[in-house]
Amino acid sequence: MKTLKNLSILFLSALVFTACSSDDDNPEAVNEEEVITTLTATLIPATGGNTITLQTKDLDGDGPNPPVVSISGPLAVNTTYNGTLELLNETESPAESINVEIIEEDDEHQFFYQVTNSLATFTYEDFDGDSNPVGLAFTATTSATPGTGTLTITLRHEPSKSAAGVSEGDITNAGGETDIQAVFSISVE
Amino acid sequence: MKHYILIIACCLFGFAYGQNCNYKLSGNVHDFHDGSAIAGAAIYIETLDRYTTSDIEGNYSIENLCKGLLTLEISHLGCETKRIKVQINGDTQYEINMEHHIEELHEIKIDASGNPKLTKTSQETQLKAKTLERFSAFSLGDALKQVSGVSSINTGNTIVKPVINGLHSSRVVVMTNNVRLQDQEWGIEHAPNIDLNASGQINVIKGANALAYSGDAIGGVIVLKPKNISLKDSLYGKTILGAQSNGRGYNLSSLLTKSWKKGWYATGQASYKRFGDFKAPDYYLTNTGMNSKGLSVNTGFKSFEKGFNVFYSYLNNEIGILRASHIGSVEDLVNAINKQEPLVQDDFSYDISAPRQEVTHQIIKADFYKRFKKFGRLEFQYDFQNNQRFEYDVRVGNDKDKAAIDLTLKTHTLKSNLKIDTNTNAIYKVGVNVGFQNNFANPETGVRRLIPDYDKFDFGIYAISDYKIGDNTNIDFGLRYDFNKIDAKKFYLTSRWEERGYDQDFGDIVIDDLGTQLLANPVLTYHNVSVSAGITHQFNANNSVILNYGLANRAPNPSELFSDGLHHSAARIELGDLRIKQETSNRIGASYLFNNEKLSLNLESYLNHIKDYIFIKPTGTELTIRGAFPVWDYLQTNALLYGLDISANYKFNSQWFLNNKTAFIKGRDITKKEALIDIPSFKTVNTIGYSNKKWLNFNAELQSELVLKQNDYPDNNFEVFIPTTEEFVLLDISTPPPTYHLMHFESDITVKLSKKTDLNIGLNITNIFNTSYREYLNRLRYFADDLGRNFMLQLKLNY
Repeated sequence: MKTLKNLSILFLSALVFTACSSDDDNPEAVNEEEVITTLTATLIPATGGNTITLQTKDLDGDGPNPPVVSISGPLAVNTTYNGTLELLNETESPAESINVEIIEEDDEHQFFYQVTNSLATFTYEDFDGDSNPVGLAFTATTSATPGTGTLTITLRHEPSKSAAGVSEGDITNAGGETDIQAVFSISVE
Repeated sequence: MKHYILIIACCLFGFAYGQNCNYKLSGNVHDFHDGSAIAGAAIYIETLDRYTTSDIEGNYSIENLCKGLLTLEISHLGCETKRIKVQINGDTQYEINMEHHIEELHEIKIDASGNPKLTKTSQETQLKAKTLERFSAFSLGDALKQVSGVSSINTGNTIVKPVINGLHSSRVVVMTNNVRLQDQEWGIEHAPNIDLNASGQINVIKGANALAYSGDAIGGVIVLKPKNISLKDSLYGKTILGAQSNGRGYNLSSLLTKSWKKGWYATGQASYKRFGDFKAPDYYLTNTGMNSKGLSVNTGFKSFEKGFNVFYSYLNNEIGILRASHIGSVEDLVNAINKQEPLVQDDFSYDISAPRQEVTHQIIKADFYKRFKKFGRLEFQYDFQNNQRFEYDVRVGNDKDKAAIDLTLKTHTLKSNLKIDTNTNAIYKVGVNVGFQNNFANPETGVRRLIPDYDKFDFGIYAISDYKIGDNTNIDFGLRYDFNKIDAKKFYLTSRWEERGYDQDFGDIVIDDLGTQLLANPVLTYHNVSVSAGITHQFNANNSVILNYGLANRAPNPSELFSDGLHHSAARIELGDLRIKQETSNRIGASYLFNNEKLSLNLESYLNHIKDYIFIKPTGTELTIRGAFPVWDYLQTNALLYGLDISANYKFNSQWFLNNKTAFIKGRDITKKEALIDIPSFKTVNTIGYSNKKWLNFNAELQSELVLKQNDYPDNNFEVFIPTTEEFVLLDISTPPPTYHLMHFESDITVKLSKKTDLNIGLNITNIFNTSYREYLNRLRYFADDLGRNFMLQLKLNY
């Protein structure tokens, strides 16, 4: 009899418990922290001339809008450019630079530059602690003959930098995960 | 209460009169349920070693009794034998209620070696403790594959979701100790949070006919119950210790029960499992370890008339997910598929790093029941579940050790069931349940919520009737109504909101505009009606049939409604849709059962038509800064699933047997006239077994498992441009892997260590020939082979 009484108390308290749980506060919005929205490549001619910028910007991240690609102008023939990359998260205000994170974990990141029609050659100018390339800084040397084609800039997270050809900039055996892949239509004039 | 007063009254009487041996005990023996007299009940007066029986009206009398305490044992054919104590202090009247229903016996009677089904007319299979113990180191999904027609959909080999006749996740309801498991079961990579070691039996009911549990189990219901406890003064337990070569795993599970004759009982159980990286025949599967801790306490009181139960369980699973399956873009997926082996392969390790999951599930339950004379059994139950899920992704910088998904799902359920069983030939059950659920997605993750914050309210009411017609026919009907209301608050990217066309259809539910994001407050309600009907008929001792029909509706789950984002393991963007309505299943099942001394055969066929079947398929690609991703949309179509599950057992003699389990299933999208995705392929398992009681109870089985290539699949392949190679390649995500055949071996002996203790030693080998294979329903099949050979040693101590 006593058990029954105790149990009924338990059930009543359970009911009360169930009745008062919800609250009406609105949830807090989440600003994605490690989204890379913007990649800007700045190419400054070593011997003077027009600075060229290539940019891809995807402000809605995984959202439906495609990235907006902009290119300031054509590259000049037979020119050596000193290049740098800047990566931003523009969903935050002020925009957050992702370069810092990449430099901190430079052994886990590498950029790859692929050009069609032999329009240019790229060489790495920055290296991690194991003397393997990173690619935030580079030099690009354009071809002697004009032409058009594409430049693909790829950022891989945790690539195997020691695999064959990877430290020379060949992506074939790199593995890892793609964090950025941007394709620019370029012309050399 | 009455008896006590009587006893006290008698005591006082006794005092006055002193010693006298002329007293008489008399009364009536009747059935507890309908009050009818029980004639011919044997009454044994233990204290005097005398017998008597009740007459045709159920009356009995015992004369020439002295003052004192009498112990009577009353027995009758088909009844639970009852022991009572009566204090004699003068002529005494005592009414004896006998329990007359065989099936009811099971609930209080112990060590029921029979095979009581939970339903009469469903396609139901039971797995007993002995089978479950073999799977002590594995998951629920692994154990259930012992049932013909049940397969699994896996993410690797530690996340195993049961698939019943081609249906899984929200379409399969899991009941554990009478609690409906609420553990974010909608996700394919969310395995049921069940520790098999806490269960004594599992019943699998195919189809939605078991309306007492739920109305939306279009696939079926899995019912787990703790081991039955015998009502005697005893302390007993078991300990299982296992070790296996693959994954260098070890597991320990212990269970201890204390029971008292009066009806009190308490069981405590704990288990621990640890695995490192598993191994495919040719390489280690890096980051596939697992670490699992489980604990449960089950205590209460039970008697025929009343009882209660309090149950608590805790389960914590930390599961590593194949490192090579975490990819960043479609190009990575192309590379992974073309490479034919995982891109990340390391040496063996017990370490579990990202990607990984850590899930903790807790259940608290309290119930009590009371039986009323000439009426039935009434029960109340309250349960609370807390499910905490963390998923850790491969992240960079400061977020490296921060969970990418942090969800807390809390569920309260209150329910009551009434069973009216005054008439054995017509039993009625009615019940009602009320549930409240809250999901909280922690914004601290720094990742947009995959599943939004929501409150969910559920109400269900059902009535079932079971009729027995003659000795050989059972009929049942059931009706159930469910109401679900989901009140969510979800942030949408403004671009996504517009792309979905929600600005047209749901403009009024936006409650906040943050520029790039909108906060919407969808409130969705669903009314579902379910119907079941079934008949079983036993033609003769050998042949019987089951025919049943079920109508069920299932409301869309949060994933189908709200999914919105990139899935790294699949390199796809998955999009739910607020417009999705409930799906309706009409299922017909027909079974034929044959049984004689040598052969037992069970053929279960079914036809399941699902209107507005909810499924996910690729509909296009979207370009992001990571590259192009296929978009998978949740859509609805009309589907038809049909198949045949065969289980057959043939005993050559007392030592040798042959067993076959075969499942054949087809799933069609009847609107688009194509195959459905993720339908299990044809599978047949043949076992030859030998046992010899003289050799320490030796058992051995050799098993052949043949799984044919699934040839019916939708072609969801698409061309994708790979900038690094500058070519279009075909991304083959559809073609199922080839046919495979595996051989397994199992053996065990039992050594008696003492009168009450025995030790069972088991040696199992799976995939004897170390065959490389991939399974169609393993989501990691794109990245790596399935498991290679595994030796397993298990020691089981019963005491």
